Amino acid sequence: MKRRDFLKNTAVFVSGVSASVAALEWLDPQKVLASRSDLRWGFLVDTHKCVGCGFCVKACKVENDIPVEANVTRTWVERYVIKKDGKVLMDSPKGALNGFTSEDIDQNQSGMKKVADEEIAQAFFVPKLCNHCDTPACVQVCPVGATYQAADGVVLVDRKWCIGCGYCIMGCPYGVRFFHPIENVADKCTFCYHRISIGGGNTACAQACPFGARQIGNLRDPNDPVTKVVMNQRVGVLRDEYGTKPQVFYLGLNKEVH
Amino acid sequence: MVEQVAQMVVHGEAWTVKDLFVLPNEYVYWSIQIVMYPYMTGLVAGAFVLSSLYHVFGVEKLKQIARFALVFSFALLPVAMLPLLLHLMQPFRGIHVLMTPHFTSAISAFGIVFMTYACIVGAEIWFVYREFIVDSIHRLKGLPSLSVFGRLLLLVYKVISLGATDTSREALESDHKAVKFLAGLGIPVACFLHGYAGFIFGSVKANALWMTPLMPVIFICSAIVSGIALCIISYYIFMEMRKWAAKRGKNILLPDAMAHGSSAVDYEHLRSVQDHEVKMTSRYLLIFMTLAITLELLDMIFRGYTAVKSWDALRMVIYEHDFVKIFIMQYAIGNALPFILLLIPGVTVRRAALASILVLFGVLMMRWNVVIGGQAFSLTFNGFMHYQLPIIPHNFETFKEGLGGAMLVIATPFVLFYFLNMIFPAFMESKEH
Amino acid sequence: MLKPHVWRPLFVVIGIVVLILLFRMVYVPSDFGVQERGYTFGYHRLSNEQEWKQFPGKYKDSNYCNDCHEEKVASLNASQHGMIPCENCHGAAMNHPENPEQLAIDRSRELCIRCHSRLYMPSSDRNDIPGILPAEHNVGIECSECHNPHNPSLEEM
Repeated sequence: MKRRDFLKNTAVFVSGVSASVAALEWLDPQKVLASRSDLRWGFLVDTHKCVGCGFCVKACKVENDIPVEANVTRTWVERYVIKKDGKVLMDSPKGALNGFTSEDIDQNQSGMKKVADEEIAQAFFVPKLCNHCDTPACVQVCPVGATYQAADGVVLVDRKWCIGCGYCIMGCPYGVRFFHPIENVADKCTFCYHRISIGGGNTACAQACPFGARQIGNLRDPNDPVTKVVMNQRVGVLRDEYGTKPQVFYLGLNKEVH
Repeated sequence: MVEQVAQMVVHGEAWTVKDLFVLPNEYVYWSIQIVMYPYMTGLVAGAFVLSSLYHVFGVEKLKQIARFALVFSFALLPVAMLPLLLHLMQPFRGIHVLMTPHFTSAISAFGIVFMTYACIVGAEIWFVYREFIVDSIHRLKGLPSLSVFGRLLLLVYKVISLGATDTSREALESDHKAVKFLAGLGIPVACFLHGYAGFIFGSVKANALWMTPLMPVIFICSAIVSGIALCIISYYIFMEMRKWAAKRGKNILLPDAMAHGSSAVDYEHLRSVQDHEVKMTSRYLLIFMTLAITLELLDMIFRGYTAVKSWDALRMVIYEHDFVKIFIMQYAIGNALPFILLLIPGVTVRRAALASILVLFGVLMMRWNVVIGGQAFSLTFNGFMHYQLPIIPHNFETFKEGLGGAMLVIATPFVLFYFLNMIFPAFMESKEH
Repeated sequence: MLKPHVWRPLFVVIGIVVLILLFRMVYVPSDFGVQERGYTFGYHRLSNEQEWKQFPGKYKDSNYCNDCHEEKVASLNASQHGMIPCENCHGAAMNHPENPEQLAIDRSRELCIRCHSRLYMPSSDRNDIPGILPAEHNVGIECSECHNPHNPSLEEM
């Protein structure tokens, strides 16, 4: 009896200790979130330079086979009009696929709002795209491991494995995800992974922008122009209160931009 | 060149109306089937807890409804999966949740928890009905000739029996112990089955309405409430059907061989059983209702008090856009009214049944107000979306994510129960225990 | 004392689990697993990364156009429209000149008013772009009737 008890207790003790040690090893942050030390893709948006032409949105759709006639987009531009009385009006007609060609602000169901020039205090454009966050909430909530982050920071969706539950779309605080209308799986901006992974390649949106409002860069390269701006100038990010650590940096953000 | 070719309607666009400033990719993606899913799993969990009140805690007075609740919860189980299959953009890949579960996601728990729960309920039914199964095998074998249905039934019983034909006193004692163990084990699993559904919403930090640690608890409590209410109203209706048949000397919903001659077709007996079970169960319904409403009110009060950035948009949704759905339909008709009905002394069976229907409606509205309500405001906090449930479908998508799909989900458990009842009679009154 | 038959349902459950695990061995691709970003952020099928890298691109860039259209590119660069990539107005190059043999020349007003519809946008560079009101300025006539897109300055016409 005593020997049996001893053996049983030893077995329990050993398995308990190994489980705890394994957990510590498994949860070791250094090992858990490894990444490439030479390459981490990041993006810079200069909202002063953006004129709202929408060439970026169109180029992205053409390059990435997102149907032009579908009301979803991997990237878009928002217009902010801040009136002198403090009221803020924002719109993004078709995500700015055709640019902003009217002074009327599209409020969807509430119709078009006209604002006279004299009433405007500030007005600017804000392009948005997937932030390829460092701790992406969308990846965390995928139930099957279909969306993931590569070692160079880009967040991608495995089209052959996604079950289309939509949890990642609900989990993204920035609203950059959607269901691809033809593939019927989740989709989003990929930083044109197929272009940037070829030496010297540029994203379709950054290339299409005539004014240099968009720029892709390697945040691990101290000589990269994007890295230099992020390190040395006042840059902001969107919605950092969610703790996702977004890697798209903005020049010229305003308090109204959310 | 303006890109204005024929519109391609994306998923969610058919039933979403946007207002003010909404992001281009925002639609009501999680629509009626995601309302139905926690509703159905809640019914499963609640029915099981009701059954366990007898099997674990020995509340003798609930014996008859407990057996019914157990069989009904098994009929509800496959239906819990149905809304998900109807919702998924790639339903044939649904198995991936079992193949490569990513446990950092609450939804991944579905595969494991669901299977565990199915095994527990299945096993418990096996133990509860094992004596009956063995008796049926002997009875069917002893008949001179069998119809096709009879032969099929005999085969089914033989397979299900797993060869365990010992019906001695010790064997039956072992069965009772196993039932008690499984019923006890099943309660936390049932709580997990529905708690994780609450966690699915409560953990989404991107959604200002959903994110709260209270969500799993609120979901569990309202799940139990809905499960108990469903059992009350279903039991009431089925017994009404049996009473109606008994008045004409007939017996329905119970195999004739089991009818023990008199009591199954005795109107007075059926009426008194129905009366007793429904009234007893109503008391437990009140307890869980109190718990559920307390938590929901607490959550709402906290939000209004702390008034974080999202509050302006939330307030518009709660107090204006969804006022009727929340305060009239869910709180008044679905909670306060049945509460009063059950508290007034001298509860009758009819009143308890009416209260149960109202409660079921209230819990459905709660699911609706959480799921749809959470998508009623834009991430921008400066825009809103209105959900229009597709009533008349014009393609497969508007059927499966519309009224048609919801009706299909609601009807299926009753169809399944009808067939399951032929194998495991839910209304049989056992002699011992 | 528990009679031995009580374990039979458990054996059935174990059997089901074994079946599922066996199926999993066949169904799940062998390169599916935890990569550098850990279990939370890096649990995926590794070969998908390469699949995305091989996605077919449509756009080249203006340097590509320069190889054959040197004069056009030079004159464009000398003008106020020099910063506009060729493919913005002429569409993606794809495999031009093999396929397509010719790229479209978009002469619609809608293309030009992307930048040149007049919007009052103080605190944005949009305000520096000369603009017209599309509903009032030469309605129905293509912009290129009067403005050369490759050299839009009216004085030099």
